[in-house]
Amino acid sequence: MFKWRTEDFSWVDFTIDVLRVLIVLAVIIGSWNTLSSGRISFAQWVNLFIAGLSQGSIYALIALGYTLVYGILLMINFAHGEVFMAGAFSTVFLAEALNRTGFLNTQPMLSIILMILFAGLISMTVAILLERIAYRPLRGSPRLVPLITAIGASFFLQYTFRGLYGSGFKAYPQVKVLQGTVPIGAINIPTVQIFVFVSALFLMLGLHWLVERTRVGKAMRAVSENKEVARLMGIDIDWVIMFTFGVGGFLAGSAGVINGLFRPQGVNFFMGFIPGIKAFTAAVLGGIGNIPGAMLGGLFLGVIEAIGPNLVLAGLGIPGANQLKDVIAFTMLVLVLIFRPQGILGERLSEQKA
Amino acid sequence: MEAGKKGLKKILVSNGMTKRFSGLVAVDNLDFYIPEGAIASIIGPNGAGKTTFFNCVTGFYQIDDGELMFDGTRLNGKTPDQITRSGIARTFQNIRLFNNMSAIENIMVGQEPHLKSTWLGSILGLPSTRREDEESEDRGRELLQFVGLEGKGDMLSKNLSYGDQRRLEIGRALASRPKLILLDEPTAGMNPRETIETTDFIRRLRDELDITVVLIEHDMRVVMDISEHITVLDYGRKIAEGLPEDIQRNPDVIEAYLGSGAAAAQAAI
Amino acid sequence: MDLIRSQTWRANLTLGLLAGALILYCGAIGMIAAFDEREVVNDFISVGRLVLLATPFIVGYMAANRVKSAGGETITALVSGIVTGVLIALPSIILLLFNSDEFRFLLDWSLRLTPFVAATVVAWRMHGDSADTRLLVGTWLLVAVLLGIVLGSLALIFDVKGELRSVLVNINRDWVDVITFDNRGDLLMGIVTYGGMSLGSGLAGSIFYFFPRTPRRALTYGLGVTIVVGAFGETVRLVLQENLERDTLNTLFRRDTLRQSAALALFIISTVVGFLWAMYGQQVRKSVHNMDGSQRRTTRLISTLIFVAILLMLPWLIGRTLSDVAVTIGLFVLMGLGLNIAIGLAGLLDLGYVTNYAVGAYILAVLTSIGPLGLFKGTFTFWMVIPLALLAAMFAGFMFAVPVLRMRGDYLAIATLGFGEIIGKLAISDWLKPIIGGAQGVQAIQKPVFFGAELRNPEQLYYIVLVACLVTLFVSIRLNNSRTGRQWMAIREDEDVATAMGIDTARAKLLAFTLSAATGGVAGAIFAAKVGSVFPNSFTVFISINVLSLIIVGGIASNPGIVVGAIVLIGLPELLREFSDFRFLLYGALLIGMMINRPQGLIPSQIATHEIRSGVQAKAGAGG
Repeated sequence: MFKWRTEDFSWVDFTIDVLRVLIVLAVIIGSWNTLSSGRISFAQWVNLFIAGLSQGSIYALIALGYTLVYGILLMINFAHGEVFMAGAFSTVFLAEALNRTGFLNTQPMLSIILMILFAGLISMTVAILLERIAYRPLRGSPRLVPLITAIGASFFLQYTFRGLYGSGFKAYPQVKVLQGTVPIGAINIPTVQIFVFVSALFLMLGLHWLVERTRVGKAMRAVSENKEVARLMGIDIDWVIMFTFGVGGFLAGSAGVINGLFRPQGVNFFMGFIPGIKAFTAAVLGGIGNIPGAMLGGLFLGVIEAIGPNLVLAGLGIPGANQLKDVIAFTMLVLVLIFRPQGILGERLSEQKA
Repeated sequence: MEAGKKGLKKILVSNGMTKRFSGLVAVDNLDFYIPEGAIASIIGPNGAGKTTFFNCVTGFYQIDDGELMFDGTRLNGKTPDQITRSGIARTFQNIRLFNNMSAIENIMVGQEPHLKSTWLGSILGLPSTRREDEESEDRGRELLQFVGLEGKGDMLSKNLSYGDQRRLEIGRALASRPKLILLDEPTAGMNPRETIETTDFIRRLRDELDITVVLIEHDMRVVMDISEHITVLDYGRKIAEGLPEDIQRNPDVIEAYLGSGAAAAQAAI
Repeated sequence: MDLIRSQTWRANLTLGLLAGALILYCGAIGMIAAFDEREVVNDFISVGRLVLLATPFIVGYMAANRVKSAGGETITALVSGIVTGVLIALPSIILLLFNSDEFRFLLDWSLRLTPFVAATVVAWRMHGDSADTRLLVGTWLLVAVLLGIVLGSLALIFDVKGELRSVLVNINRDWVDVITFDNRGDLLMGIVTYGGMSLGSGLAGSIFYFFPRTPRRALTYGLGVTIVVGAFGETVRLVLQENLERDTLNTLFRRDTLRQSAALALFIISTVVGFLWAMYGQQVRKSVHNMDGSQRRTTRLISTLIFVAILLMLPWLIGRTLSDVAVTIGLFVLMGLGLNIAIGLAGLLDLGYVTNYAVGAYILAVLTSIGPLGLFKGTFTFWMVIPLALLAAMFAGFMFAVPVLRMRGDYLAIATLGFGEIIGKLAISDWLKPIIGGAQGVQAIQKPVFFGAELRNPEQLYYIVLVACLVTLFVSIRLNNSRTGRQWMAIREDEDVATAMGIDTARAKLLAFTLSAATGGVAGAIFAAKVGSVFPNSFTVFISINVLSLIIVGGIASNPGIVVGAIVLIGLPELLREFSDFRFLLYGALLIGMMINRPQGLIPSQIATHEIRSGVQAKAGAGG
């Protein structure tokens, strides 16, 4: 709200403008080179796009946790990535057990639902404990205090799970039903990607129903609008905040399982850190505090991350462009924070509540 | 009408000044002036746009329409630091001191517009930098004495009493050696004795330091007691302007404060 | 009276159970077993077991204290010591039972029954007195189903996978050995031993509470000294090795641990010293206090001289291994002082500080390496590159600061974190591989040469780091008390008002980022020279978190705090190698704990101390 240096020349603005121009140029040149060289066929683009959507729906599920908490407490729960890890890492053992009994492949749907519930509940517990122990005593302190606490909590959780389950990498077992592809027109889409997208969609619809249609959802919205008024209306604020953390945790945990089916490898104690930052990017992209925004932001980020390296970086002649997928995502993060901190659906001005 | 000591010169003038917040017009086409050397007050009911007006003058908000002139220069588009450098200082309704800095440090930050030393000079300990630091501290101590905080310079400002914090905030504003000082509810939350002390203090500002004072105030006794020029705002518009006696009798003002019935009753008498 | 007592009892029971849960947690993450590797006294007690015994002792003491201050009987206090001692052992003993083959069925049964029991308890407590049976049944079903899913799944996992160890890797033989005090073969015996030990320490703790003050202090001092010396036996031996004959050393130590006789002697001596101090310490302090000006000045001068002498002689006093640790600590002090400009003074939470470290290291590597990636093959020397590294880091700090200047505090933190990650990914990528070597990094970095002598040992590098630290400290103190420092603090406290005071905040923030980056670059360059090669894996977010933690723990904006923070957070894990696996666990816990309980840090910045001394409560610390 406090605008400054609007009419006078400002070299900060100037530098940022230069940056903007450079990025637009890079994107245009890169895309032009790639498209004109025709290295990647249309079908391949579509496949990348769909893979991006599936990955993005996982980001979206995690991003919802950031957004829900931010909407209510105006704090960035930096440890949310670790909540995701807690569910994903714990459920590996359940998946292995189910696989060994053969149940996973005879009753895949039931097993997956059980796994999602298990992971969701574990993550939910972690998120609620986190709120209760680390964040609740800090309500009302300056913004950076809960953020530093959250960073501490993030590392604490990582190394707790490292201690509990060991530091090695684990992998989800393969589910036979989800192997193979589904032909749609001329394009073959991996079944697992469709599964990921659809199940994420279901969970998001569930959240939408919870927030819009139930009494507790109404209470959540009330608390996020104005805590004092909500308190006067007889809403138990502490309970609502705990519930919000719980819901965010549940979504993150289920995202952990879905992610495990999509990318079975690489399950370990550090697996939550990068997806955590990316999901935060998604939440900011959509406008933090905004639930549909987080969903859109997640999908958008997933697609950019899938297409960006091949389209822009490869076009600029950078070798090993797909190694730089994360760089694209983090660059997105920084760019959004610079140019549009209120996000795509940013009706809620970010500084209004600052 | 003209009530300032020096009489005719207008130090702050606005022509058709307008400020909107997404549809809501907080300050509406305001024509307005403050005579130089006066103690002027802006009054009006809650939400009349008084603090918004302060924020526009000090550059916290950019005005959407109109023109704002201070001492012959245009303020439109200037940033808060530039405006402070041009000679306007302010205090805040909810005291905004630098809490974890000592009182003297608060004052020394207030002297910013007159400081010249650089970081390199400080690291190297150049004589000019040292001299400036010493002078700045000496002047700061004098100022502390002037606002009645002698001996409290090394306390963290958050540990000062409420009244001392108000005084320190005024001191910090004075440190920039302004020509015009804007005080946002300087007596809010004070008991009657403190209020009288503060009013006397505001008179000293003008009489001893020759600073034009503009205040936003809710306490009508303070306003009528101290002001030489009053502007009344309601819903962002100016509804009256002039000497305290005129304002007291103005039917529009009474209406704005008490509702239309009261105005009618007043008129009947 | 009864109410007070019942509250006291409840508080003590909670305390006991919490401590028990903590012991269980430490066991489950492998801390206790890891610490068992390190003996405090040879063939007598290890750090792991000391934790098992010290916890009930301390809690027993606290419990007795609580009972006594609530006006309870002495006997009640002693009983509470015993009860808490048992409670502390309880969780671990239960897990021990679950883990054993004979009592495995207990685990299965409790996993299967808990949902029903818990559901009944919860439903009853929430809605037991309401007439609405639907609510009661509904709550019961909800809790039973939710808990049933989790615990049922756990039962399934353990059923299929067999031992607990296949999931919880640290519930293994080592842990059982420590918990049962080496009675793995006879479980019952083990449980009785551990339970008895814990009970005994709890009782001992509560008895200790009733000791008169002077012997209590003396004993605490004696025990403390013996434990610290014993736990850091390896370090102490390394220090003594520089100054003592080998034979004398061997009478004191067996390999790296204190011999029993030596420990006993140390305990007796330190207790006697502690006793003397407790008796006469007050007088000594008073006489120091009563010294007149000139006397005090001489004492201060002498202590400063001794301190400087120790700083200068340190490498000779502590030997090579510890000098290496000292260099690492020094590098982090350097970075801490730098980052403190951004975080402590200007309130800018920069989580991408590792960027500057990496820039410094890679600049030095590329310019001085004589390997294939070296650009100039030895034309540049260490001394020429240090200023370049400094400038390059400042430039990087500047460039990364411009885009984030307008951001709000928490967004700024995340954006800088993003920068750090981008740099990390770029360093390891194929794209920059021709320049900085990708995952293989840059090798064959030349050692600094000082007047013809190659500085290849940590003892020599120590001086470089020392000088860098002192210079930084000097600059930091100068800036702290300058106009620039006050501008930064004003921005930290309230950016809008700082602008209104006439401060060009963009400029001031940019300066803070740039200057703060400088020391990071120097630290990176020295690090590269020390190691002799540079890998991208050395430059992860963990470096940033390390530096952040030491600033927060030591005290935001406090220079002595940063030094202490670096010694505690960087030095201790290096010295207690068993500890290094749990380093970030500790950092995380410390960050949370400090933010909640002591936001001003261990050694608060001077202004806060001043306030505390003058009797005014200064609670929350700076900016944070």
